[in-house]
Amino acid sequence: MSSPLQAFTNGIYKENPTFRLLLGMCPTIAASMAVSNGIGMGLAATFVLIGSNLIISLLRSVIPSEIRIPCYIVVIATFVTIVDLVMNAFLPELHAVLGVFVPLIVVNCIILARAEAFASKNGPVASIMDGLGMGLGFTVALIVLSAIREPLATGVILAAADFGFDGIRLFPQRYAMAIVNQPVGGFITLGLAIGAVNLITSKKKSKGSHGAQGGAGK
Amino acid sequence: MADSKLIVTPAPHLRGNIDTPTLMRDVVIALLPACVAGVYFFGVPALISLVSGVVGCVGAELVFEKLSKKPVTIGDWSAVVTGLLVAMVLPPHVPAWIVVLSGVFAIGIVKLLFGGLGYNVFNPALAGRAFATAAWSALATTGYVWPASIEGAAWARGIDAVTSATPLTMLKMGEIGGTSMSRFYMPLFLGNVAGSLGETSALALLIGAVYLLWRTHISLRIPMSYIITVAVVTALYGQDPLFHVLSGGLILGAFFMATDYVTSPINAKGQIIFGIGCGILTSLIRLFGGYPEGVAYSILIMNAAVPMIDRFARPKRFGEVKARA
Repeated sequence: MSSPLQAFTNGIYKENPTFRLLLGMCPTIAASMAVSNGIGMGLAATFVLIGSNLIISLLRSVIPSEIRIPCYIVVIATFVTIVDLVMNAFLPELHAVLGVFVPLIVVNCIILARAEAFASKNGPVASIMDGLGMGLGFTVALIVLSAIREPLATGVILAAADFGFDGIRLFPQRYAMAIVNQPVGGFITLGLAIGAVNLITSKKKSKGSHGAQGGAGK
Repeated sequence: MADSKLIVTPAPHLRGNIDTPTLMRDVVIALLPACVAGVYFFGVPALISLVSGVVGCVGAELVFEKLSKKPVTIGDWSAVVTGLLVAMVLPPHVPAWIVVLSGVFAIGIVKLLFGGLGYNVFNPALAGRAFATAAWSALATTGYVWPASIEGAAWARGIDAVTSATPLTMLKMGEIGGTSMSRFYMPLFLGNVAGSLGETSALALLIGAVYLLWRTHISLRIPMSYIITVAVVTALYGQDPLFHVLSGGLILGAFFMATDYVTSPINAKGQIIFGIGCGILTSLIRLFGGYPEGVAYSILIMNAAVPMIDRFARPKRFGEVKARA
């Protein structure tokens, strides 16, 4: 079994849910249109991950394996309801933008996958660290994607309606590429970002062994 | 098997002596009449547009291939073809930077990321146009103008229409139609109407198409099945088939883009299915869709269907017997 620290760092880079495991694509595309949405979605998912990982890890000997998925879903849905209500109360603008994707955290593959693959087999401390690492990995991925998409699509970066901040305008609206705000642009950005991550990984690897080969990311 | 004279190669064993640069150079030659017509009708902005398309595509190919340390293939003229086509399918007065970025998208994302020439699923130039209209819909769809030449302006005044609309847009808006549209035949044939840079002059495009047919680079299967399908469907719907054939990007698309080797089916049966599919989609978009023109999207959609068509139209193996039901 991995140590809690390993469980934490694992989710940030080596098994980053978005860039390496390719889990939770729908919320990734929907929530990476603005940096503030990305941070909000990432932190919401992180909270649910930590909570569900902890509870499922504590109950792992009680839950019968035949009906484990419904049990996980009930636990996850509880935390998602908490997030949904809290966000609706304190961050109404963000809640309106993310809309249906907040309740849909229930069926976010990352959360169910970590419950199934990690929390059901490991102790509570390691599970919390795993949830934290995976959640922050997801958040970082969303920030990276939205930091590319938001300025390209609107010409503005860091707009956050909940805090009355209009963002920093980088170039006029008429040059903005509307396509980047659509799912097409989201998938193209995601694909390019995954390509870049793979390129960096393969560069690192070839440096580790013998650095002769040029690292054309596959 | 130490005999080094014995060379084992897969089929095909009969090879023509046409290589990619020759072929692509011929396509450039075939596109020139339409480019000249575009510059003649739309003036200097059209020339700037064509140059920026080529610069964007060739530049993108050079930069992307240098960055990925792959052999640089700008010498095969295929990027020049894509560059000309990107400019030709966009409105003539579109800002030059949009043409450059569409070219960069066409080459960088649609062609090279899929593996370069021969591996791209979609026609790069049309994908570049689709990208431009989706990214900057306001800027990329308002560059249509009536040609500056005198006779064009005169007959445009006669029908008293919005000067920036293409004939197909006017049809969609209900400003023309209902009556005979034969007064449009001559302008549409010669090219002095509003439209994308390279699509307006049917005459210039047909000259180029005849050159490609004479050099046997393309066959008539895709263009003919495409154009006849559009004519039949629009006639069945009670509209003027000749108007539909001559207007919009149909002739440009049918002869120069639907026939793209990489993104069209391999054998004759598949090519005819492909052409009919393009024709049905184009007619449906023109008659019932939200856009006035559907050639670009029809060809892109059929590009995606090419692997399926190829599987369906696969010739029977020698000696193969049809399985009994």
